[in-house]
Amino acid sequence: MTNPTATANLTELPEEVRDVPVAEWLRMYRLMATIRAFEEQVNELYVTRRMPGLAHLYIGEEAVAVGVCAALRPEDYITSTHRGHGHCLAKGARVDRMFCELLGKAEGYCRGKGGSMHIADPDSGNLGANAIVGGSAGIATGAALSAKMRGTDQVAVCFFGEGALGQGLLYEVMNMASLWRLPVVYVCENNLYNEYTHYRETTAGDILARPQAFGIPGEEVDGQDVRQVLAAARRAVARARRGEGPTFLLCNTYRYFGHHVGDVDRSYYRSKEEEEAWKRQRDPLKILREWMIAAGLARADEFEVAERAAREEVAQGVAYALAAPYPDPSEVTEHVYA
Amino acid sequence: MSTPSVALHAPAGGTTREITLAQAIREALAEEMRRDERVFLLGEDVAEAGTPFKVLSGLVQEFGPQRVVDTPISEAGFVGIAVGAAMTGMRPVVDIMFGDFLTLAMDQIVNQAAKVHYMSGGKLRVPLVIRTTLGATRRSAAQHSQSLHAWFSHIPGLKVALPSTPYDAKGLLKTAIRDDNPVLFFEDKMMYQVKGPVPEEEYTIPFGVADVKRPGQDVTLVATSSMVYVALEAAQLLEQEGIQAEVVDPRTTFPLDVETLVRSARKTGRVVVVDEGHRRYGVTAELAAVIAEEAFYDLEAPVRRVGAMDVPVPFSPVLEDQTVPTPQQVAAVARELCGRG
Repeated sequence: MTNPTATANLTELPEEVRDVPVAEWLRMYRLMATIRAFEEQVNELYVTRRMPGLAHLYIGEEAVAVGVCAALRPEDYITSTHRGHGHCLAKGARVDRMFCELLGKAEGYCRGKGGSMHIADPDSGNLGANAIVGGSAGIATGAALSAKMRGTDQVAVCFFGEGALGQGLLYEVMNMASLWRLPVVYVCENNLYNEYTHYRETTAGDILARPQAFGIPGEEVDGQDVRQVLAAARRAVARARRGEGPTFLLCNTYRYFGHHVGDVDRSYYRSKEEEEAWKRQRDPLKILREWMIAAGLARADEFEVAERAAREEVAQGVAYALAAPYPDPSEVTEHVYA
Repeated sequence: MSTPSVALHAPAGGTTREITLAQAIREALAEEMRRDERVFLLGEDVAEAGTPFKVLSGLVQEFGPQRVVDTPISEAGFVGIAVGAAMTGMRPVVDIMFGDFLTLAMDQIVNQAAKVHYMSGGKLRVPLVIRTTLGATRRSAAQHSQSLHAWFSHIPGLKVALPSTPYDAKGLLKTAIRDDNPVLFFEDKMMYQVKGPVPEEEYTIPFGVADVKRPGQDVTLVATSSMVYVALEAAQLLEQEGIQAEVVDPRTTFPLDVETLVRSARKTGRVVVVDEGHRRYGVTAELAAVIAEEAFYDLEAPVRRVGAMDVPVPFSPVLEDQTVPTPQQVAAVARELCGRG
């Protein structure tokens, strides 16, 4: 067993993450493996018709959620998207209660009222996934305003896909966040596709010129490399905590599956070769694993152990959720008003 | 709307003084901001300008720009920010200058604020007030004159208040600010200078409690916001003909005080519903339906509706004045109901 308190003190690491202990890198690997196993199970539930509705899988993008959330404290806020399972798990949600929500069960995070696209868990700082593209930009920015007004040093992270770059709300709140120096980090996950359309067909100009226009520092991040994501997130979060205002992170990533679980035939908008190339060359788990092995920070079998544990956690979680009770039908009228 | 010629009864008990509806709103905000440091104001020109209607004048001097926050002209953005602030421990009161501009923030109000509590299984709350205006006859044309309160009354998760007097405005706004749900608060922009008695002492008015503004036994006039004054003037016209009209103001369209409306309908057997929203699919339709469902066998005649004409609000006074309900119109409908048409 590698010494878990040893740090990955390697010169090729970005400065901000040179103090990260090996155990923390392994925790991030395990979390990415959990997200991947979770999403594979979600797809399985859909294919076997055991899950009501649809879900949007995060597989391929794990390093973004895990790297960003690793830079946050439990009391910091996130808002998430329709493709939100990874963000929820990375911020601290439990696998079994996530499955309960996806299956519409009473022990789900929202008592089965939200489902896949609306998981909220205030206990872990998750203010909710959102089924309106870009819809949570106001909520995240408002949470940052609230933190500033209440005099805490909490930070809010707004996750959104590059599809949200078409929504006006984002620019309205970025303007105010910059004017008022709010502690918010805008994390754009560019997985290349606005649903079924390549972002180059929908997005004019240079993406980073947009935050720049508001005086918000922006940087492009390799979203497949959790080391780079964590480093960029640490820079952005530190800046927010210092009261210096918002940052925009453009994380380049890739969605291995379709827009949602039912989007199986994708040949009309992207090639199999493209998908295979990302999986082969740019897989976030592989990148972290190969670096750690090459750097002598961990052995191959440690990753196998982590993956097995992740699969076991997911298997137990889904079994629990499948057996769990539905809410009483009378709950339909509860929680309309506080 | 001209200054109403009808005086309203003073609220019972205590010392009162005459203040305008604008002053009543300002007092409610100032008192709640003093009581609870989580309450803050957000909107366009709310600070030094005090809004174009001057309703908020003086508040920034007392509470400072940190709590009376001028925003850019970004309704969707600052309503969204208010939703997020409300979810995380603050109690924002948003100012939307003209009710017409609510359209710019519909996603944040309808898809976000209204649904967060339910979608989260009751874990998150949105204690948010959105103050805005309604009402025509200000010669402001189609994009500054609409009365859109029916839209929000339709959405589960929202509450809707629309006061008609300074007394109601103050008491209802304080309740709205203390409510843990998103509340749309509609003020008729033509009523800001209307005066009325308001107690010196602290008070609140619960939501879902209608107020009988004038008792009568021959016909019920249910009226909202400034239409209360139209109904009261109609009642004076009717009185000259020996018809005693009862004027009932629901004060909130949700929650709705069905009981008081139905009790009055059962007593008089004849009901006219008056509201400044467009007549079709409007508040008048809902109130008429509720009364018809609950009091059908006590009614002497079908419930009648008087709303704004189903046209965009026009600019020319000659055109605009036709579009809103008048006391003469309301009296004519009531007369018909009483068999005096």
